[in-house]
Amino acid sequence: MSDSPSILPLGLPEPVPQPDGLDAPYWEGVRRHELLVQRCNACRGWQWGPEWICHHCLSFDIGWDSVVGEARIFSWERVWHPVHPGLSGAVPYTVLLVEFPESGGIRMVGNLVGDPEQDVPIGATVLPAFEDHDGAEPPFTLVQWKLA
Amino acid sequence: MSRERSIRGKVALAGVGESAYYKRGGAPDAEFKLGLQAILAACDDAGIDPREIDGFASYSNDSNDPARFAAALGLPELRFANMVWGGGGGGGSGAIGNAAAAIAAGYADCVVVYRALAQGQNYRFGQGNFPSKVAGESAHWVPYGIMSPAQMFAMRTTRLMHEHGIDRSTLRAVSMASYHHAQNNPRAVMHGRPLDAASYDESRWIVEPFRLFDCCLENDGAAAVVLVPAERAHDLQQKPVYLLGTTQGSEYRAGAGVHNNPDYATSSFKTLAPRLYAMAGVQPSDVDVVQSYENFTGGVVMSLIEHGFCSYESANEALAFENLIAPDGGLPINTSGGNLAECYMHGLELIVEAVRQVRGSSPNPVTDAEVSLVSSGPMVSNATNLIVGAESTL
Repeated sequence: MSDSPSILPLGLPEPVPQPDGLDAPYWEGVRRHELLVQRCNACRGWQWGPEWICHHCLSFDIGWDSVVGEARIFSWERVWHPVHPGLSGAVPYTVLLVEFPESGGIRMVGNLVGDPEQDVPIGATVLPAFEDHDGAEPPFTLVQWKLA
Repeated sequence: MSRERSIRGKVALAGVGESAYYKRGGAPDAEFKLGLQAILAACDDAGIDPREIDGFASYSNDSNDPARFAAALGLPELRFANMVWGGGGGGGSGAIGNAAAAIAAGYADCVVVYRALAQGQNYRFGQGNFPSKVAGESAHWVPYGIMSPAQMFAMRTTRLMHEHGIDRSTLRAVSMASYHHAQNNPRAVMHGRPLDAASYDESRWIVEPFRLFDCCLENDGAAAVVLVPAERAHDLQQKPVYLLGTTQGSEYRAGAGVHNNPDYATSSFKTLAPRLYAMAGVQPSDVDVVQSYENFTGGVVMSLIEHGFCSYESANEALAFENLIAPDGGLPINTSGGNLAECYMHGLELIVEAVRQVRGSSPNPVTDAEVSLVSSGPMVSNATNLIVGAESTL
């Protein structure tokens, strides 16, 4: 993937793990092309975005697990007006909100792979596409989505 | 809820005022000076000596410190200073609620709610104000090109339209109502700039499903509201307007990160609206006029539905342009032009307008308006709302 062009241009704000460590397993996982989210060791409930406590059972014993089941498009938007200098030549682009019905219904944000003006069918199954930014300091990986 | 612990009828909104409203970058005065102008205008409107002010409340991290206002105005004493947490413009009605609570509790006697915001002098809300490295919750969406408020809220509106069959023409009607009302309001930045359906339809996309005219303005200005104990209202120079109710908050896990709030296509008023009506002792059918915060038109549609003015099924018909305009529409909204066409004063201009409607001094008066509702900041947490009413509603 590192040879492929990224969907959005370089020069945008780059993600780094939260200094207090809360989401470090996620960012380490995606570098290995694994999609990990929080899962409570006490009640096995899923949780995203990351938090220090399980909102289902209030246990602090939160672990991490690979998402299971299909990912489906829950909502989307298509950006035409660039609000960052690095995006001025990069519109339109499409942002997806993807849902994992079998992983507690957790959702993630990413970009749609391919023609940004293609139809975006809500409910359609999508597959993750790991977009490595090996040249960044520190290196990071984004998770994009392509129609299955 | 206990009626003994209700704010209903205990506080009056005695004075309202604003600076001149400007296009972004158009203000000849500094943001703090605009704030001073608004505060003095509100006191003048009420017939209150500014030296009587003994408290301030604001929201959305307004950068103008109440201690500086108190010093600048030579106030004998500051007894209350308060800021609503989070939610941007969602804090507007909440700031009124907090000021009223301070008065009812005896902390202070004359509290000013203010918002001063010159986006031409400080940062623009519509730009991507993020550093080169992002950490925390925003690291999970900023790198995918979600950086502006329009981009943060567009997917909620997509989902609203998908789940409930809300038409694009309904978003358009909300926008056209604001622009229509601004044409009778000389204060409005968009006075003299009418909007017809064709111009809306031809306007450029900002982020689908929002076109240019679905989005609030970026402006320079300030607004202020003076609150006093209800028993004092009769001694002042304006027709009394009373706070009947106000609520703050949001539904279950509204603040879950990375767009994981379980009820996604919501304005966050589903739990607030019933509490507001119970506190105010009114029904949606009793409300004469509505100021519904327009960050983006989709949020207005959600808010009107969640406040019980129509259902998801009836929204496309009920929220037609003709029904949304004063004086003849059944559900007049945003009658000064609001955030879309009067001035983006972060929604405090909506509260000013709600008061003027009850007084009969709106630029687009609703005949015999007695009950006037404001919803602040759809799609955020905390959201807040309020109802004000005339003497006859007490």
